Amino acid sequence: MKPDKNGRNKKWKKYYSLYFLVFVIFLYVGLFIFRPERTQTALKASGDLLIRIIPVMIVVFLFMGIMNYLIEPKGILRYVGKGSGIKGWFLAISTGILSHGPIYVWYPLLKDFRSHGMEDSLIAAFLYNRAVKIPLLPLMIYYFGLSFVIVISVYIIIASIVEGKIIGAVEGHFRERESKNG
Amino acid sequence: MNKEKRDIASSFYKAFRAFRELASMLLGVILLLGLFRTFVSKDVISSLFTGDLLRDTVIGSAIGSIAAGNPITSYIIGGELLKEKVSLLAVTAFIVAWVTVGVIQLPMEAAVFGRRFAFVRNALSFVLSILVAMATVTTLMVLK
Repeated sequence: MKPDKNGRNKKWKKYYSLYFLVFVIFLYVGLFIFRPERTQTALKASGDLLIRIIPVMIVVFLFMGIMNYLIEPKGILRYVGKGSGIKGWFLAISTGILSHGPIYVWYPLLKDFRSHGMEDSLIAAFLYNRAVKIPLLPLMIYYFGLSFVIVISVYIIIASIVEGKIIGAVEGHFRERESKNG
Repeated sequence: MNKEKRDIASSFYKAFRAFRELASMLLGVILLLGLFRTFVSKDVISSLFTGDLLRDTVIGSAIGSIAAGNPITSYIIGGELLKEKVSLLAVTAFIVAWVTVGVIQLPMEAAVFGRRFAFVRNALSFVLSILVAMATVTTLMVLK
């Protein structure tokens, strides 16, 4: 019984992305029947978005290729792996703040780093710090004022550490339990 | 090092493979974002606020979690919500959740990092968006 279940899980995992895409396509088809004009506008908006994120994807792709070439997996472990300490936190927070583009474009790189030992807590901190957008700070100051922007940015960085620590503890706890259960 | 001799072509092929694995998920998320942008207008968002401070903060965080797109949009909507007398607490929760919680990209996050990581991270970010908003507004009040 168990191998069958595992086999199904593996198959589901393998085709999960494809199922998701098919689901979204069906959603478009369904909406097109009721609201054809708006659905076409949505499709156009998606096309525009795709064109806009292509440059960021190219940058992330180049970055990944170069990192794969220059840094050994052991190197990644040293900088953002277990025991990287304050250096790891500083790297995750600062690169999270400096990274551009939509969050999901960075997932392949983070997945790669994770497979080489990047800590879950640091991945969470990186993702949270993307809330601090340096190029958008002038606009934020225009809408909400300088003191608001300074205060919120500090709290976002603090929150990223809190979130990272909690996620690190949760993931560590479950992994330990899973390894005990074999 | 000897075992894993790396060359530039295989390094880039590895990066290409990572993108290829996620291509259909990425396309699905982009298509969902297009739907969201078209079907959920600024007016729809502002109509959801009630005037109750605490409830609006949770609503702000919830809308920010579901909403997606460039953070610029969240600042513009946030600015307009403030003009419509929605509290700074609710607007702050809204703009923080906008960038830290991602309901639309949750399936992709779960596929990449695992369901547990994705759910815990997004749930925590939701709670933290409210706490960050509370801390920010309280600090600003003290500073004034």
